Amino acid sequence: MTGRAAEAVSVHSLRRSDVPVTASLPVLSTKGLSLVYDGARGQHLAVDNVGLEIAQGERLVLLGPSGCGKSTILKAVAGFHSPASGTISLRGKPVSGPGPDRVVVFQEFDQLLPWKTALGNVMFPLLRARKLSRTEARQQAEDALERVGLTRALNQFPHELSGGMKQRVAIARALAMRPDVLLMDEPFAALDALTRSRLQADLLRVVEDAKATLLFVTHSIEEALLIGTRLHLLSAHPGRTLATLDVAGLIPASPAFTRAKTEVHDLLFPQAEAADV
Amino acid sequence: MSDLPIVLRPARIAHLWENQIVRRLVVLVLLGILWELVALWQNNPIMLPRLSTTLGALVEAFRDDRLLGAAWVSLSVLLKGYGLALSIALVLVALAAANRFARDALQTLTAMFNPLPAIALLPLALLWFGLNESSLIFVLCHAVIWPFALAALQGFESVPETQRLVGRNYGLRGPAFVALILAPAALPSLLSGLKIGWAFAWRTLIAAELVFGVSSGSGGLGWFIYRNRNELYTDKVFAGLLVVILIGLIVELGVFRTIENRTVRRWGMQK
Repeated sequence: MTGRAAEAVSVHSLRRSDVPVTASLPVLSTKGLSLVYDGARGQHLAVDNVGLEIAQGERLVLLGPSGCGKSTILKAVAGFHSPASGTISLRGKPVSGPGPDRVVVFQEFDQLLPWKTALGNVMFPLLRARKLSRTEARQQAEDALERVGLTRALNQFPHELSGGMKQRVAIARALAMRPDVLLMDEPFAALDALTRSRLQADLLRVVEDAKATLLFVTHSIEEALLIGTRLHLLSAHPGRTLATLDVAGLIPASPAFTRAKTEVHDLLFPQAEAADV
Repeated sequence: MSDLPIVLRPARIAHLWENQIVRRLVVLVLLGILWELVALWQNNPIMLPRLSTTLGALVEAFRDDRLLGAAWVSLSVLLKGYGLALSIALVLVALAAANRFARDALQTLTAMFNPLPAIALLPLALLWFGLNESSLIFVLCHAVIWPFALAALQGFESVPETQRLVGRNYGLRGPAFVALILAPAALPSLLSGLKIGWAFAWRTLIAAELVFGVSSGSGGLGWFIYRNRNELYTDKVFAGLLVVILIGLIVELGVFRTIENRTVRRWGMQK
């Protein structure tokens, strides 16, 4: 599987990059990660032998069809799910459970606590996990909400916000924590197309400003190319590494971008390529 | 006529009709008129006194017959029982939230005891605790603990997975996790458990007081009703019933509705 993928990449324009360009210690790495899920008919292997490395300031996108275990990998990195085998390390130290050094932005809108205002939601982890004073927490929360463009909704409760605004609050809450790595699990999948593209652009801007390190999960090739500096492609049932591609500096809607989309598609679905011919 | 400012124009009446409180008051007034008419037609004050007579008896009972005192006796017993029951229920639910065996145990107990009317335990309570307030408090606890525990358990179970993960993501565990994530997320169910518990306790208490009235020297509302029925003061029986209804309404609308408006409704967790 891996061999064929490597071969396919070499004849195309995207550069294969199994290791990050920087030589420094990766912020996050997994080695030989396998994950098992308890399903209705007993256990099944969801992820098989996946190795990832994310360098400081990098934006790695896990991309694959549904059933490739990309969300499961993210949950394992977050510490919600323990590996069947292999290791997950954060700055060289093994991950043993959830913690505020890896903040997750989920797809579901109910990730905001409904009994807290937008501001209260962003302040909550700053007070509880970072143990900041109320004044400091308030200042940093207001600052984070301003960066995602939500200065006027500070005192609104989640049910008064649109889906896009809720995701903005969730992004602000995660960014304000300044985690070692920001984990995003298809955060825009439940949004309409217009809102999604605005949030993608705004996310890129705030993540670049904050020089945040990002692990982003999506099944959209376009979104992966927009957000990522590197893509990690996975096959389905179980999730195995297909290829790792360097996609930094692609200009959206440029010919190179369109070409990259086709290439990534062909890597993910090699049989579809054959059927087209 | 039409130049008088107080005249109700059709538009203004239609506007008033939009107000729920106005519509409810109209229902009450209609019920009152119906009562008065039926009583007039029956013309038998011992079976059914008129509303006006009942209201007169109510005022008189407040003034001369210590009705307020009786209401206070009932309420104070109720508050003691309710408070004790909630403390016990909270401990049980907290244990159940933390431990699987405790959860199984509580679920079994709830399934067994929730359908058992609390008043059915009164004979046993009298045997164990004697003819005093302890017996009442025992049946009150039984009336409150199980429905509240049932609602609380269901509330905790229905907390969205994402909110649990968010709490764990920020490193919350144990009591902090329960207090900061689970309890507020389950608040709609907890409040409905409190309401059901209150309603059950109130009914059970009045029923228990009917069976044996005198506690701590003076009787409660149930005893007031029972005593007046024996003496065929039917208007005072109705006056006592009105007070039972009134207290129920005040607690429902004044206390629980206020809490709901300031919490779960404001947060959009309940319509």
